[in-house]
This record gives sequence, C-alpha cells and structure tokens, in this order.
Amino acid sequence: MPHSISQESSIDEDFSMPQADAQPIKEETTTQPQDVEMADADSPKEEQDAKVNLEDLFNDDDSDGEFTSSAPSQLVKDQSPEQPIQVTSKSSYSDPEIMRAFYQRLFPFRYLFQWLNHSPTPTNDFAHREFAFTLPNSAYLRYQSFPTADLLRKQCLQLLPSRFEIGPVYSTNPRDRKTLRNASAFKPIMKELVFDIDMTDYDDIRTCCTGANICHKCWGFITMAIKVMDIALREDFGFKHILWVYSGRRGAHAWICDKRARELEDTQRKAIAGYLELLKGGEKGGKKVNVRRPLHPHLERSLRTLKDNFQTSILLDQDPWVSGKAEHLLNLIPDPTLRTALQKKWDSAPSRPSASKWNDIDSVAKVGGLSITPKALVEAKQDIILEYTYPRLDAEVSKKKIHLLKSPFVVHPGTGRVCVPIDTRKVEEFDPLGVPTVTQLLGEIDEYDREKGEGEGDKKDKMQDYEKTSLKPYVDFFRGFVAGLMKEEMGKVKREREDSEAMEF
Amino acid sequence: MIRHDKTRIDAKRRANLDYKKRQFAKPEFQKRDFEHRLNYYILPPTEEITLEEFETWAIDRLKVLSELNSCTYRNRSPEETAEYMTPILNKYLPLHSNSSNSRALQDERKKDHYSHFILRLVFAGSEGNRQLFSRLEAMLFRMRFKEDDFRERREFVKSLDLDWEDVSEEEKKQLAPELTAVSGFKKGEEQDWFKVDFTRVPELVEGRKVLLKRGKAYVLQREQVSLVVSEFQTRLNEALELTSRALPRLDEDDRLAPILHHLSQAFTAPEAAYSSSDSNIDGLSAPTAQSIDALAKHFPLCMQSLHNDLRANSHLKHFGRLQYTLFLKGLGLSLEECIVFWRRSFKLMTDDKFNKEYKYNIRHAYGDVGGDANRRGRGYTPYSCQKLLTEPLPGPGQSHGCPYRTFAEDNLIRAVQGMGVNDRDVLNAIKDDKKKQRYHIACNRVFEFTHKKEIRKVKEEGSWSATDLDTILHPNTYFKRGWLLKHLGEGNAGVVNGGEKMEE
Ligand SMILES: [Zn+2]
Repeated sequence: MPHSISQESSIDEDFSMPQADAQPIKEETTTQPQDVEMADADSPKEEQDAKVNLEDLFNDDDSDGEFTSSAPSQLVKDQSPEQPIQVTSKSSYSDPEIMRAFYQRLFPFRYLFQWLNHSPTPTNDFAHREFAFTLPNSAYLRYQSFPTADLLRKQCLQLLPSRFEIGPVYSTNPRDRKTLRNASAFKPIMKELVFDIDMTDYDDIRTCCTGANICHKCWGFITMAIKVMDIALREDFGFKHILWVYSGRRGAHAWICDKRARELEDTQRKAIAGYLELLKGGEKGGKKVNVRRPLHPHLERSLRTLKDNFQTSILLDQDPWVSGKAEHLLNLIPDPTLRTALQKKWDSAPSRPSASKWNDIDSVAKVGGLSITPKALVEAKQDIILEYTYPRLDAEVSKKKIHLLKSPFVVHPGTGRVCVPIDTRKVEEFDPLGVPTVTQLLGEIDEYDREKGEGEGDKKDKMQDYEKTSLKPYVDFFRGFVAGLMKEEMGKVKREREDSEAMEF
Repeated sequence: MIRHDKTRIDAKRRANLDYKKRQFAKPEFQKRDFEHRLNYYILPPTEEITLEEFETWAIDRLKVLSELNSCTYRNRSPEETAEYMTPILNKYLPLHSNSSNSRALQDERKKDHYSHFILRLVFAGSEGNRQLFSRLEAMLFRMRFKEDDFRERREFVKSLDLDWEDVSEEEKKQLAPELTAVSGFKKGEEQDWFKVDFTRVPELVEGRKVLLKRGKAYVLQREQVSLVVSEFQTRLNEALELTSRALPRLDEDDRLAPILHHLSQAFTAPEAAYSSSDSNIDGLSAPTAQSIDALAKHFPLCMQSLHNDLRANSHLKHFGRLQYTLFLKGLGLSLEECIVFWRRSFKLMTDDKFNKEYKYNIRHAYGDVGGDANRRGRGYTPYSCQKLLTEPLPGPGQSHGCPYRTFAEDNLIRAVQGMGVNDRDVLNAIKDDKKKQRYHIACNRVFEFTHKKEIRKVKEEGSWSATDLDTILHPNTYFKRGWLLKHLGEGNAGVVNGGEKMEE
C-alpha cells in the first residue's frame, strides 16, 4: 500500500479524548492578516502557490449558520478510500494532497497537545488557546480553539492550512469572545515567552547570501544567537524549559515554556527583551553598540562566548571587510591617527582578508601616537565583535502575550522544510539545509513500506509513520522536551493540591 | 475614625476585629502605636477623633500637598522642593524620628495617619483627583523616606515584608566581581545589595542595572528608594480604587459629606489660589456690569475668549459660564452686578427663563444659596490655571478651559496675535510650549511680551519685588498684575489711592 492514507496514524489511543462536535470553520476569514503581527513572515507570493480556492473546498457546505453542529466530514478524505499521493517534482509543498498527508501521517498532534496542555487530560490551557490558520488561498483565520488534539487535527485535515500559528491562552474560549457581554472579560492570560531571530536583521553584515537564501556560513549567525540567548535565559532568568525551533527557512524561534514564563506580564516580557537586546540604531545610525563599562556580566559572558565565533564565523566565513568594504570598520575605530594609518595601509592592499585587517588594528596601534588609551581600543574592538556577533532580536514579538508565533512542526510553504526543534546541546551540528522537506518525508514513508514489504505487517502497523522517516529524531526530541515539562507541571499541581489540602486542617 | 462612620468606611476591616478576636489583640490596639516614622497606610484608623480634628488635620495635609503640587508646577528640583517644603512640613505635618525622643511622636504620627485617610476620601471621587493625590502622596513619601534616619529606614523597609532578601556577606564576596560590574563602584567601596524576584523590578532588568542569577535580581541599595516608592504608589492606587467604590455610601453621611465636599473644593496650589486680595486692586474701584467690556482687554486669553464668545453668541454653555462667573467674582464684581451682567449678556432670553434657570447658579457660585458648606465657604473659588488645565477638554460648542491647551495650534496663534503678540520668535516659542504641554509657560510668555515695557520699568525702578513678578498661575493674578502694570504712575503701584475713579 504505497502512500495510502490510513486513519489515526499519528494520534494515540492511550489517553481519552472526549468527542465533541466539529468546530465552526468559516468564521473570521479574512484575506489579509491585519490585526496580527507574525514572526517570520515570508513573501505572500510563495504561499499562494497552492491555487486552491476556499470556496471549492467547501462548495457543499451550505450556509446554515456559523455553528453547524454536523461536521462537513464528507469533505475530509479521512474516511475516503485510500489512495496514493502523487508527489512529483512539480508538486508545490502546500498542495492540498501533500498537506493532507502531512497532517494525517506526520504532524505530531499528540505531543503538540501535551506541550500546550501541560497534562495528558484536556484542560483550558489547551482549550482556550488561540490557533490561527493560514489557508491555502492565503486567507487568515484567527481565534480558533479546540478542546482536544483530535479536533485540532480534524480541523487541519479539513482546512489544510499551509501553516498555523499559536497565540495565547485566553480567559475564556476564544470562540466565545463575541458572545461575552463584557468585552474586557476576554483577555490573554498566558503565553510562552517567545523570541524570534531572523536572518533579515543580519543583512547589513551578511556577505555570503542575500534575501531569503541561506547557507552554512550565514547560519552561523543564528547559531551564535541561540548560544548567547539560551545561556542567558537559563542562567540569568532561571528558565528551564526552552524550546528552540527552526523557522523553516532562515531563522529560529525560542519558546520558553516554564510556568513562570507563561505567566509573565507584558512589562516583564518587555524588560527581558530589553535586557537581551543590545544593538541600537538602524542602517544610518552609525555605531550600533554603546554600552557602559565595566560590561554587565551578561555582556561579558556573551563576549566570551562570541569571541571564538567571531574569528571563524565572521572573519573567515563572512570576510566582511575585504576589497574596499573596510569603511564601516574604519568608522568604528575611535582614534583618528589609527584610522588614517589603517586606511592608508588597506588602500594599498584592498584584497587583504578581514582576519589580517583585524590584526592590523593592534599592530598599527603599537606604532604609537594614539590619542586614546589601550583600554579604550580594547573596548572599541569588543564593541565591534559584539556588533558583528551579538543576537539581533525582533523584540516586538517577545514583548506582548497576545502575539502569535508559527507552530513547531508546520511546513514552511516556501522551502517545504518542517519547522523542527533544535537541540541546543548540539546546536553547532544543526544543519538547516539538512532539515527534511515534507515531500522528502512522504517519500521516506513510501520507501520504508516498500522495503519492509508485507512480511512484517504486524510490526509495521504498530509503527507510526513519522518513525519511518528522518523526522523521527526531531519528534523524539520534542517528546522528551514535552515530557520534562509535563513532569514538572504535574508535580507542581500535585504539590499545590496537597498544600491547599493541608491548609484546611 | 468618627464614631458613626466607622461601619461605613471600615466595614471590611472591622470584620476581622470582632470582639472575640480583639481580646487577643495587643492591648494597644485601639490606641495605635506607630512604631515607624514612615507609613505605608495599610490599616485604616480605628480610633475615634472629633469632627474638628477631622477637618483641621485634613486641611493641614491639604496645605502640604498643595505646596508640593506647586513645586512640581514650578519645576523645582527635588533638592529645591525639599528645602522649600521643610518649614511647611514642620509647621503643618511634623514627623520626628524615633531617635529624636520627641514627646509628640505618637501624636504626630497619628495625625499623619488620619489626615492621609481623610484625604483619600476627599480625592477618591474622580480619576483625575485620584491620580493627583497618588502622585503627591508618593512625592511626600519619597521626600520623607530619603531624609529618614538610615537605621530607622532599614527597619521600616523590613517591616513592609516586601520579599526582599538580604545578600549575605559570603554571597557578596562570592559574587564580588559581577556585582562590581553592575554597580560600577570601584573595589572596596561599600555597597549594599538585596535580592528580589526579577519580575518585581522590570525597569531595572530592562536597563541591565541589576545582576541576574537564576531569576533573582541583585539590586543595589541605592535603587531601593524608587522601589519602595513605586510599591507605595501601587498599593495606594489600589486602595483609592476601592475607596472610590465605597464613596457613595459615605455621601449619605450628613456630617462628613459637606466637610469632604468643602475640602475637595479647597484644593489648589496655594500661590495659585485665589486670595481675596486679588479682588482688592489698588486704583480699581468696584467693577460693574457695565465696566467688564472695558476691562476685558486685561484678561488672560482664557477669559478673553469666553468674553468674546459671550458677546458673539449672547450665550455661554454651563462650564464656560461657571469659569467666567468665578473669574468675575474674583476680580471683585459683586453678586448683584454679576447677575446684571449675565442678564444683559443673554440678550435673547426672557427674564422668566433667566430667573428660573440661570440666576440660581450664579448665586450658588457666590455662596448666596446652597448648603451650609457652600455658604460658609462663600461659594466656589475662582479657578486656578491648574484647575483649568486638569479639567476634561471642552466638548463641541463649549469654550471653557485653557486655550493654550484646548485650541488647535493655528487657532491659538491667531488668538495670541489678536492680543498683540506679533514677534515671530515669541510665536514659535508658544508653539513649542504647546507641544511640550507647558501651557502656563506659554501664557506667561504672552503676558511678558504684552507687558514688556512696563515690566522693564518696574524692574528698573525696583518698585516691584521679585515675587510680584513670579510666574502667573491664576487667571485673576494675570488680570490684577496686568491691570496694575498698565496703570503705573496713576498712583496705584503699591500706593493706595482708593479713588472713586472708574477704570477707563
Ligand atoms: Zn549564506
């Protein structure tokens, strides 16, 4: 059965999922995501590749109101006779057939549910959580919510979103927000603290690629950012459950899932973002690093981490000051005598590599005649290192509970890559170009089934589809992460309950 | 507090104080012991005081707060404010340290405690007043906190139970390099630190002004002031919110309501307050309904524009009428003349309608009618600039308030040009003032420009003291000063010549 679409391939049976009626699916359809700020937004062009009309998908869904009680289940191919998917080189990553197979066979709904629910049995942490779907026709559907993982999955199979995003847990069910008499009763009460690092913010110092492209060299920027951020979030703020996720193309997201992080108020989120933010000023702002000395311990530590990467990722890989591009570096040299001497030297040898130019600063400075102290020069060089290596955050995403962020494990519509978690213990080994694409994964299932043949039918049936693919290590990692989070949360709940019981006596 | 209002204000509090429990409370409970000089005002007063104490204590605190307010209004620095306030505080609301061994210690603290709670009732009624009160009380608290004896301050902070942990010597030693990096102090300099959850000090975290270790922020002692004050203000804001909800019940109290009403009327910056001497202008004989048109050119823009509107429309809406009536009252127009003035101004109105709907309000403003408190206070006080600047903005068809605030920029420029201001630099400065919301500065700028010749003269002659030329903060001061300056050498500049001569 090559590529057959089986039922319930990625949902487990070992925890109860109350059956609820299908969710309304036609509310809040807008063609432009106006009232939401999205991280990692890509050009809408690519997302329109899938030329599927929402109307076509629902052509027999008569308009008997928003809250239809019967699901238009005949539309979901879930129950239809199994048929192979035709993956050709011409298939777009968000073709409906591909998305359907992806959501049905690969997407880890169970662990996503546990991750957001903090417990195996459904709670409001999940039920009041906002999901927002980007539909195949680029319409954007906000304020969706689901009592269970199964209903989320069903919705995905119906709508075949090219991707979906996760917002906050609200005080009431997001779907009920319009029926509330008191509008202020609907407010976000909880969300993971999130960070978004995107390569666009590095474009002024990135020499290897432009635009949406990335390579191993420039991925180094993201690696450096993850290292510095992760250690600060753990050591300074004491967070433990930090999930880094590849954004599918040229960046990474962090989800800090500790209860204390989820409960942070916006002012506190803003404070954390401000603490971690360093570079100020846009393209014409001049010097981007202006910090007092002595360096704050967080910056001191970051500098220690980044120094080595500066040698390789910047001086060698990016080589930012080679052949006539040294002007910015010269502008950052605080001493006019030194600046003039360096300029002269480099003008006569423009192709001198950046590493040599970097060393020139000290050797030329040794000649003397400088108006600044050696200490000031050391500090200026530190500032340069930080400007080229310190994390560049899109801090707005972090500052408000209400912001949505793309879910882990969805498919990036432009690259077809799955937004997989990044294991920070092996962050240097993470290869964004090696992350499997959705079509590749479907091919792997196919291949596995063919190789194993009919003989091991029993074993094969017990095996989930993702386990047959290169997505497995990522799902396993995620499962481990979620288990750690749930363990702590449930321990906490139990302790709290015991405490309150003890109080009564 | 006062015997019969106890149940009203402190119903919640009293629930915890039933007879049985009180038996176990400290015997001093009824007569509270104030251990610390500083007070977070958490527990409302429980002892009974006389009505007279109620009122005088409140008035004394009001005096202190309004002086503080005028300091911010005049942009005094914290040091200048402290210097200016010291004698005022000593007079109206002294608070000695424990080490002073003053015998009045407990009485002082009791008065401080009670007057604070009484003024909560006075100010809780409107959002604007709550903000004002909270800002001024926080200012007062900060001032006292800073001047408090080091050891006593430490004890006080400890008593607040703010979840601040001390940093042990050992820990300090261990973290020395990092702490030094945060504080910027040189090695060996004495530095005291405390620990608090990082979520409690977001601003310090944002500015990297603390050391962070696993979610704990290590905060320098010197940052403590702002934390204690912001905590003070947060709690006060919450308490005021609660008080405002309890107010309607208090209104039923026929003994307290008039006093509270009167107190809330009385609050203006003292220098800005209208004083009866403002209506006593040398050389200006009693103005009449007829003379207002001629006097109007000495009015500040706020009153000129009301006057012009009145003349143009033969009508003014309620708030404009009130503002203008009080101003006219302030410059010495008698009630009788004021009634005549309005009667004639409302040309299109029948006597019957005027008498029924308008006359009463004028008499009320003058304190001729109304409750005891109103009559005793001789009606309402003429509005100060501050009052005009903190009122809600006028709606459509209304023209009250301060034009420097309420007018659009081009309208304002046209208006001040109409007052004779044609210097481009001055006009630009006024635009700038408006942008920076320094409306009273703009108004004073206009005054100085339109009276620059006369101001130079009195300065050269030394005939006016510096305080006579201090920043104007009241429309009636504007009028009085302007009128006097324009009539120099007519025997009025400080020389009494109460002649019969009617102005112009
Ligand atoms: Zn690259």
